[in-house]
Amino acid sequence: MTQIDYTRAAKYFLLADFFAGLKLGLRYFFNPKATLNYPHEKGPLSPRFRGEHVLRRYPNGEERCIACKLCEAICPAQAITIDAEPREDGSRRTTRYDIDMTKCIYCGFCQEACPVDAIVEGPNFEFATETREELFYDKEKLLANGDRWEAEIARNLELDAPYR
Amino acid sequence: MITFAFYLFALSAITGGLFTVISRNPVHSVLWLILAFLSSAGLFVLLGAEFVAMLLIIVYVGAVMVLFLFVVMMLDVDFAELKAEMAKYLPLGMLVGLVILMQLAMAYGAWDANSGAEARLQAAVPEGMHNTEALGMILYDQYFLLFQLAGLILLVAMVGAILLTLRHRQDIRRQNVLEQIYRDPADAMKLKDVKPGQGL
Amino acid sequence: MAEFFTTTYLGIGLTIVGQVFLIVIPLLVCLAFLMYADRKVWAAVQMRRGPNVVGIYGLLQSFADFIKYIVKEVVFPAGADRTVFLLAPMITLVLSLIAWAVIPFNEGWILSDINVAILYIFAISSLEVYGVIMGGWASNSKYPFLGSLRSAAQMISYEVSIGLIIIGVIISTGSMNLSDIVRAQDGAYGIFNWYWLPHLPMLFLFFVSALAETNRPPFDLPEAESELVAGYQVEYSSTPFLLFMIGELVAVVLMCALVSLLFFGGWLSPIPWLPDGFLWMFVKMLFVFFMFAMVKAITPRYRYDQLMRLGWKVFLPMSLGWVFFVAFAAKFQWFGGVFARWTVGG
Repeated sequence: MTQIDYTRAAKYFLLADFFAGLKLGLRYFFNPKATLNYPHEKGPLSPRFRGEHVLRRYPNGEERCIACKLCEAICPAQAITIDAEPREDGSRRTTRYDIDMTKCIYCGFCQEACPVDAIVEGPNFEFATETREELFYDKEKLLANGDRWEAEIARNLELDAPYR
Repeated sequence: MITFAFYLFALSAITGGLFTVISRNPVHSVLWLILAFLSSAGLFVLLGAEFVAMLLIIVYVGAVMVLFLFVVMMLDVDFAELKAEMAKYLPLGMLVGLVILMQLAMAYGAWDANSGAEARLQAAVPEGMHNTEALGMILYDQYFLLFQLAGLILLVAMVGAILLTLRHRQDIRRQNVLEQIYRDPADAMKLKDVKPGQGL
Repeated sequence: MAEFFTTTYLGIGLTIVGQVFLIVIPLLVCLAFLMYADRKVWAAVQMRRGPNVVGIYGLLQSFADFIKYIVKEVVFPAGADRTVFLLAPMITLVLSLIAWAVIPFNEGWILSDINVAILYIFAISSLEVYGVIMGGWASNSKYPFLGSLRSAAQMISYEVSIGLIIIGVIISTGSMNLSDIVRAQDGAYGIFNWYWLPHLPMLFLFFVSALAETNRPPFDLPEAESELVAGYQVEYSSTPFLLFMIGELVAVVLMCALVSLLFFGGWLSPIPWLPDGFLWMFVKMLFVFFMFAMVKAITPRYRYDQLMRLGWKVFLPMSLGWVFFVAFAAKFQWFGGVFARWTVGG
């Protein structure tokens, strides 16, 4: 038989733990909320955040990608497929640049491999779709993304530049 | 309105009783029996005996039938086979039932009720107290000793049942809740300085 | 016109239906907001926001949930006993609703002012276990069955101590009528006349037993969403599940009403010179519900054997001892007769 500890027994019967818990609970009840009101408020993102892919253009509107296929080679998930042909003006350009976003693991190797900063993972993470097919991105979609996110991406690259 | 309610309860009591007997599934039987109990409780209410009605529900439906249901649900018996077995003994069972019915009929036919008892049955509850109070007065004043004896018999039955089924098993480890509650975080852990390569 | 409602079958029937709707509809509407309040309190203690999208501040969340539940598909498990499977949630809901017939909200605001009101509520709450058992059994699956057994054992165990605690209050009042119990708590000192003061230990016991009886945290072992996937409700979906949920919450609110009637003086005003009224009852019920919600937020779940131990080895002896104590205190007018209020009541 255990020796009865009367102080603890008294605490037990006076519900000391319960009232301590209630006090703590009430304190937290009036604390400011720790969560964000998500669709309306968003948390801060690092400039290095790796989100949805974009294909960027030069300021004159020329696409950056030169179809070197380094990204395709390095992609560990083999999500990228590139076909290339010389264009009329003789420059080497892609005819097809597909990313299967359902395969992508967002490792960022493609943007590291890219010699011309063409493929970049942008700050957008809200690109959920209703069908699977919508996640098979083609060149058009990626370029459109690039036009849409260019400002943020350029700022992020500039912010991150001192560290690379 | 009262007549309507009476027929409603009476009908559901009889239906419940009937289906208790003829249901194939024993759990359904128990559920029908619960319906029968509830209906009889309703009949008690119509008679003005609401205390007895509530007691019927609390004791029989709330406690006894739950136990029944537990037992019946846990049983792993092929009841179809059992039913087939029963069909063999049906004539004998019906004979016994018939005999009991006849005996009851004879007893009731020969029952010469005392006129005083009849009058007491009809008598209203004493003025100014409702039947719960009246029942209490009778149980705890007039029949106090018998009431206590009935309680004692129940207690003995309970102790007996526990005695029959209780086994003190030595080969299992039990939870000592008191010890667990009194476990003090301060002495639960000791810090020791262990020299490398020596152990404790 | 008045004769129509008191003499003809149709008239009486209509009157009864009208009275029932007068209680049930406000109750269910309140319930929607209480469910919302419950979630908000829980969220606030965890420093979350809780539902805040549907309607202003998320006030319509419960209604959105309601619609979501009823438009979903009812799934019957293979080999389930369909009749009993559907009967179980209906029984749970109906039983928890009919108990409200004897709850007085104000002096005379009561559907059925019967003398054995407390026993009636006790009988109804002892029946509520059938919804759980039937649901678990009819699902024809092991998880719900085990969950229902645990739940049933728990509900039966704590019914015993609830009954004994109520007996203490009945002895003090000398009546089983809930209105009488409230009237007996009336007095010159307002809040200090109520039963919570003399019956203080039993208030806590009743509160904890009510938590266990209604399967609320920290005694929500039968459901235990995080480890037992919801006990007897595993196989339920759509409207039947909704009925279970509503039934449980109505039972919780009923317990709130009982606590405020038995211990906090129902519709009586806490301050002697303020008028009594329905509003006080409402406020008291809200307070008790808030405590229910807070307990859900601040306590960890009990282990099952500890739960049973608490019910049988702590609560039962304590409440039984209290019945003895109150009986003597009332008989011999100890403590200036605070335990004997029957002179006031019946």
